[in-house]
Amino acid sequence: MTADCLSDCSREILVGRARLYALIREFFDEQSVLEVETPLLCQRTVTDPMLDPFVCFYDAAGHPAKLPLYLQTSPEFAMKRLLASGVGSIFQISKAFRNGEVGRHHNPEFTLLEWYRVGFDLETLQNEVEALFCRVARAFDFQFAVERTTYCEIFEKYLGLHPLESSLDALKARAEESGFYDGQALCGDHRAHWLDFLFSCLIQPELPPDCLLMVSRYPDLLPSLARKAEDDERWVERVELFLGGMELGNGFHELTDPVEQEQRFLKDLAVRKQEGLTSPAMDDRLIDALRLGLPDCSGIAIGLDRLLMILTRSGRIENVLAFPFLRA
Amino acid sequence: MATVSTSEFKGGLKLMMDGDPYTILENEFVKPGKGQAFNRVKLRNLKTGRVIERTFKSGDTMETADVVDTDMQYLYSDGEMWHFMVTETFEQYAADEAAVADARKWLKEQDECQVTLYNGVPIAVTPPNFVELKIVETDPGVRGDTSGGGGKPATLETGAVVRVPLFISTDEIIKVDTRTGEYVSRVK
Repeated sequence: MTADCLSDCSREILVGRARLYALIREFFDEQSVLEVETPLLCQRTVTDPMLDPFVCFYDAAGHPAKLPLYLQTSPEFAMKRLLASGVGSIFQISKAFRNGEVGRHHNPEFTLLEWYRVGFDLETLQNEVEALFCRVARAFDFQFAVERTTYCEIFEKYLGLHPLESSLDALKARAEESGFYDGQALCGDHRAHWLDFLFSCLIQPELPPDCLLMVSRYPDLLPSLARKAEDDERWVERVELFLGGMELGNGFHELTDPVEQEQRFLKDLAVRKQEGLTSPAMDDRLIDALRLGLPDCSGIAIGLDRLLMILTRSGRIENVLAFPFLRA
Repeated sequence: MATVSTSEFKGGLKLMMDGDPYTILENEFVKPGKGQAFNRVKLRNLKTGRVIERTFKSGDTMETADVVDTDMQYLYSDGEMWHFMVTETFEQYAADEAAVADARKWLKEQDECQVTLYNGVPIAVTPPNFVELKIVETDPGVRGDTSGGGGKPATLETGAVVRVPLFISTDEIIKVDTRTGEYVSRVK
């Protein structure tokens, strides 16, 4: 253990991070995807009840009222406004901030790679994810397999349940069967919470360690900013990446419908109010941008600290940060 | 009583749950990217020693348990209670059979051990990792046999029975690992 003022992070890992970023930039340069930068400190933020943004205040002398500003939980909204401005496919390596998230896989300030491909469907985007991972893994001498599945398939495979058709009681019973008796207190009668709970507790720990698993077609209960599947409205075009037992990324065939987006924001805000959470104003600039037209696109965000953990076989996120939260 | 939130959970923290004191063995913050955060926690019941797993909604608060581990010297047993003393303060504590539990077979007068106090009352006793005890009874030693294979039972002065190599005889002092209950070496 070094002195608290100095970094514990090995030089090898610092070099690894620099190399990872260089590889990503090289990859997107070859694909002619433009690197961009968007503000981290914004007047609007996400409404997602499961995310807690850091709030701070712009406070100039003589300014009539303190203006609340939010550290962004992801650069998604600003990047979509850029897309609507007509810049074409873009990527960004960005810091993101989420309040209250500290743990083995969480640091309140972390780094995301987020990119959007105009004209790509989710399938094509997954091909590109695979190509990027292959490039990076080769450079780090990391061997991994790739597997694609759907949310429904993985639920049936690991739990013998259907995420939408099995009864809530069946989901509860399955959790208890595996020794998780506190599900009721955590999830109540929210199917969406139960699905996340079962996935985190009973599926994720069982996933093969060196396999990049892409899980697509999420239930419409967990839509976020994904559009609905064309063939079946019960599912949304969302994909999650898992590797090394960790959730590594989240992608969507992006919702472009401003009306539906606004409805989801309002629904989020209603939940926030009901649960006694702060209610930030919804991002009207994003809605306006969607009204003017977001090109058909797919986008994904990948946690680079976690990816670096996997590539360097590090067990904890603080192992790959120069100064983790408690020493920042 | 003080309360702690899940964000302060860490290994070694003592909590009250369902009326019993527990110590946290492992704490893991779990948060699906777009889902509800919770803590998966492994805890040991300090009264029964049972290890359980629980999940807590992030932000929930729990009452802390007034539990401290104190080094004490074992004094004697009166058959009903086992008596211990904090050597710096000469404060004495009496532990009942439930608290002493399996530790009793390793306790020799004047040995240092760890006593867990809950609200000032002993609830658990942890013997030293290694104890040196005299053999009071074992089959006669077999000279020349220094192999570890086989072995034979030996009764120690505290009543514990351990397997020892064949060359060990009565009245010898041996070192035992109390965590495994296994013979380590002969003490000259």
